[in-house]
Parts: sequence; C-alpha cells; structure tokens
Amino acid sequence: MWKESVDYLTYELLGLTGHLGEAINFFIYDTIKIWFLLVTIIFVVSYLRTHFNTEYVRAHLQGKSQLYGNVLASLFGIVTPFCSCSAIPLFLGFIQARIPLGVTFSFLISSPMNNEIAIALLFGLFGWKVTAIYIGFGLLVSILGGYFIGRMNMEKYILMDVKQMEGELEEVQISLTQKERLKEAYDYTVDIFKKIYIYVLIGVGIGAVIHGYIPADFIASYAGADNPFAVIIAVIMGIPMYSNAAGVMPLVEVLTSKGMLLGTALSFMMAVTALSLPEAMILKRILHVKLIAMFFAIVGVGIIAIGYMFNFIL
Amino acid sequence: MKIEILGTGCAKCKTLEEVAKQAIAKIGGFHSVTKVDDLQKIMDYGVMNTPGLVVDGVVKSSGKVLSIDETIAILQDL
Repeated sequence: MWKESVDYLTYELLGLTGHLGEAINFFIYDTIKIWFLLVTIIFVVSYLRTHFNTEYVRAHLQGKSQLYGNVLASLFGIVTPFCSCSAIPLFLGFIQARIPLGVTFSFLISSPMNNEIAIALLFGLFGWKVTAIYIGFGLLVSILGGYFIGRMNMEKYILMDVKQMEGELEEVQISLTQKERLKEAYDYTVDIFKKIYIYVLIGVGIGAVIHGYIPADFIASYAGADNPFAVIIAVIMGIPMYSNAAGVMPLVEVLTSKGMLLGTALSFMMAVTALSLPEAMILKRILHVKLIAMFFAIVGVGIIAIGYMFNFIL
Repeated sequence: MKIEILGTGCAKCKTLEEVAKQAIAKIGGFHSVTKVDDLQKIMDYGVMNTPGLVVDGVVKSSGKVLSIDETIAILQDL
C-alpha cells in the first residue's frame, strides 16, 4: 500500500519519469519505511530492555560454566544496550564478579553486533529471513569467539588490577510501573532517532542515486561472485564505520540489489557493528594490545568465514 | 549534599554533569558536584553503565542521562 502511494506521488502527481523518477521514488519510499521501522523496533526493544540491565546480567552470569556462560552472555547481549563509552566499566565490572574473560568477551562481541538499530534496519531492508540469519550467525561468532578467547588464558593481558569481590551478587530487581517503562522506552526512542535519522537520510540518498543511475552489473563486477577477495575487503572496510551503521545499511541493500552477494553484505554489516575502532582505542586503556588484536582477529576470521560460507551456499 | 558524576569522559557524562549543576541551581542551597573519572572508584560503586549519579555515596542512577526534573526529584527525595 505504501509502495502504491509513493508510486502515485512520484509518477502521477509530480509526473517524474526515467532515472530521476526512479531515484526519487526510491528515496521517498525507503526513507519513510526505514524511519517507521526504526521507531517501532527501537521502541519495542527499549521497552523489553527496561526489564533487564547490566547489573542483572552480571548477577546471572556469575558462576556459570564456560560454554554455558558463553551462550548465556551472547543471548543477554541482544537485549542489553551497549555504548562503547561504557565498555571499560562493563568489562571491569564483569571481571570483578569473577566472570571468566571468555564469557565477558562473548557479551562484548554480541552486545554491539545485535543492537536494536542494526536489527531494525536489517528487518526493514532485507526482511525477517536475513535478520534471523544475521542474529543466528552473530550469536555463533560471539559464542565461539568468546570461547576461544577464554581457552587462551589471556588474563595476564588485563592491564588493571581488579579486586575481585567476595561472595555472590544479589539479583537486582528493577521495579518500575508500566507507565515508567513506556516513558523510558519513548525517551530512548526519541533520543536514538534524533541521533540517526540524518544518517538514514544520507545513506538512502546515496543509495537512491545508485539505484536510479548505476547499471545493475556494475557493482556485481567489483563485489560479485567473480571477486574472491570481496568478503575480506568488505570486512576491512566495515571496521571504521561503526558510528554510521544507520547510514551504511541502506547502502548495502542497494549494493545487494545491484549484484553484491548476500554473504559479502552480511560480513560487511557484521564488521560494521562488531568491530569498532573507537571501541578498541577505549579498551586499550585496560587491555594489552595483544588481547585486543586477538579479539579482532578471532571475530574478523569468524565473520569472513560466514561470508564465504553464505556466498558458497546461496 | 555531595553529588558525584561517574564517567570516563564520554559526551553523556558531561551532559549529566551539566544537568546536575542546573538542578542544584534550581533547588538552591550549598551542594558540591564532582566528576569522578577514576575507574577504580567507579568500580567500587559497582556501576557498569556510565554515566552514574551518586548522592552522598549512594548510587541513584546509572546508564542514562537524566533530565533536570528527574535529577531534582532524586535530589529532593532524600
């Protein structure tokens, strides 16, 4: 229905045709659709989130066995918010509660990768199947990545002396009224939307130009099946783009429709969200470069493997 | 009251510090606002999501930038 309205507006009312018409049609259609989905999904996720917080997660992860802890930490990563400026206190807080390093890393990989903005955009742009695949493989990377980091005994690379706390943590119960939860979710949604709407606009704008003017096989010849390094290049390009996930994803959609393989696109998006340069710089204050490099290497290899696997299967 | 803002120097922490100062200006009286960026101290308070708001040694909020009204409500609740 929305598609028809936009078609009517651009082709009938404005009387646009050709490349320009197509580009403008795409721009209006995509921008509004993505904004709508972002607001809806962020609201739902932030409402669910008022039931969990990091303190709650920490109390839950305490004293769990290795692999089970990795799985649980990765799952918690989906529902908890993540801000790279909180990465250090979060990391130290986990270590303080005697949560193993590997489990902490599972959380640290999963939380930014499965964030609500990425999920909302994926769902809006690629549909639920690709979203499910993204989350599923994202969990796999964070579970296995955390597990391997845990097996390497790298505790000595934590540069700060953390006093471990005695005893068990109490589970923090969050008591909020329904109204307070809704208000918090609303505030959060407005806050996030204000921050990212412009990136969506720019991303879709560039996408619209590609959509309208660049021929379909142009991108396929660079990032399509013929280029065996496409996935690796995509991952390397994705690392510095964290803050602009909202603008990058609409672009990826267009690139996919112009012949970029889905596996390459998935790897790229995972690299954008899971590996962030600013986060690495922040973590450098408390972690040895070797540990950070290992973290990037393991996650990077995992993401690249997923990309190739997908390109091969699909 | 002794008000502390916990944070390692991100934009949100600075905003909360401003909010706290404005809230104090509104309620009046003599109160101190300090920014705490020592990680060990932040850990001692058990806060994992910065910014955190601590009033007289008690953690009142963590992980979000409060509005001025919310901050006033927290401060006057004591």
